[in-house]
Amino acid sequence: MKPAPFHYERPDTLAAALALLAHNDPDTKILAGGQSLVPMMNFRLAKPERLIDINRLPGLDYIRLEGNEMAIGALARHADVKASAVVAKHVPLMHAAYEWIAHAAVRNRGTLCGNLCHSDPASEMPAIMLVCGATMVVKSQSKTRHVAAADFFLGLYETAVKPDEMLVEVRIPIATAGQTFGFEEVSMRKGDYAWAVVACLATVTAGKFAQVAVAAAGIGSRAIRLPSAEQAVNGKAATRTHCDAAGQAAYDAIDPFGDVANSAQYRRDLVRALVSRTLAQAAALPPVAKAA
Amino acid sequence: MKTVPVNMVVNDQNHNADVSPRLLLSDCLRHDLGLPGTHVGCEHGVCGSCTVVVDGRAARSCLMFAVQADGAQIKTIEGLSKDGALHPIQEAFWEEHGLQCGYCTPGMLMTAYELLTHNPNPSDDDIREAISGNLCRCTGYTYIVNAIRSAGAKMRALPTATAAAAAV
Repeated sequence: MKPAPFHYERPDTLAAALALLAHNDPDTKILAGGQSLVPMMNFRLAKPERLIDINRLPGLDYIRLEGNEMAIGALARHADVKASAVVAKHVPLMHAAYEWIAHAAVRNRGTLCGNLCHSDPASEMPAIMLVCGATMVVKSQSKTRHVAAADFFLGLYETAVKPDEMLVEVRIPIATAGQTFGFEEVSMRKGDYAWAVVACLATVTAGKFAQVAVAAAGIGSRAIRLPSAEQAVNGKAATRTHCDAAGQAAYDAIDPFGDVANSAQYRRDLVRALVSRTLAQAAALPPVAKAA
Repeated sequence: MKTVPVNMVVNDQNHNADVSPRLLLSDCLRHDLGLPGTHVGCEHGVCGSCTVVVDGRAARSCLMFAVQADGAQIKTIEGLSKDGALHPIQEAFWEEHGLQCGYCTPGMLMTAYELLTHNPNPSDDDIREAISGNLCRCTGYTYIVNAIRSAGAKMRALPTATAAAAAV
């Protein structure tokens, strides 16, 4: 199918883009990479009346270290974030996750900020923003808001960005000394949307977990933190038993959806296994030997 | 609906057109610019048969609007051969039987072109990773991987001047 007709605007400045958004029209969408929006438009699942193409806006493609945060601009392409040595060094969880995100052609045009605004339920980066405690910088013509990741992802394809606003930047706290991470994804093929994905950050000191953050995606309408899994290991010895207990706590707490491909029960099983594995990764526990 | 003027350089040729904003780049190339080598398989960004190179980077042309290509340098499959001579990647696909029906092939070739331009000596894992976004229903991929491996060897063996010309 071909997309439905729309009005096309291509502002040259951020101010011009925000002036267009100030009409506060819920049928206006921003076009950046288009790797999520255009497929929906081609299916006619999305029929925006107006597209604001922001690809000409200058100076928004930055990926830079600012103090103890990575600042990534609205037009930073996935390919560039993936290739960034600064990101690999300071937010190694993001770098590791990028191996699992989409394919080269999609990463060439798709943007991190666009992915966050689309908030696909099975997308990896929203879960990573949740564990990192990232902040989204959202601008309108009249004001700038700093929205914590915990308040950003609201529901199915729904974020805190209002019709007159644009996400201009995401700020991600960089890894602290001694912080480790874990990342696991299961999907049909590498690069597909996840059946379940789990990301975690932790500090392991004197063999004990501390400051544990765990999030999952692909199991519901949006990415979520898993506080019961976090509580199950925080302050406890970094052993396989405790990692498994965290997995069980997640299993008991979540209410995943089922679809034609995978049942809710399978997703529950996946999350239990992946939570345990990611925490074990973070603690650098040796992987479990397969049963003979 | 108002049309929008676009100017794009495709395979080193300048093109001007007035297009509807909703015209996909894939359809613009195929129907307006007379370049049907770029194929349309899924039209939602999963099969890769519409892959072209935009400003040096592989892109799914079914996920771009033609208006977005204003000012861009685009290379399609038609731009791979020069003066009737096959590009080394095309030669390799021919020799290694890297195609059957040919539907996925332009996309595979443009993806291989991007890979070999940035990574002249890829491992087999690198090759498989690079083509993981291109679906093929005929070949089972093994001969495609062989073809790209062979293409890399051909391109590395070229004298520098010709290699530079082939890489443009």
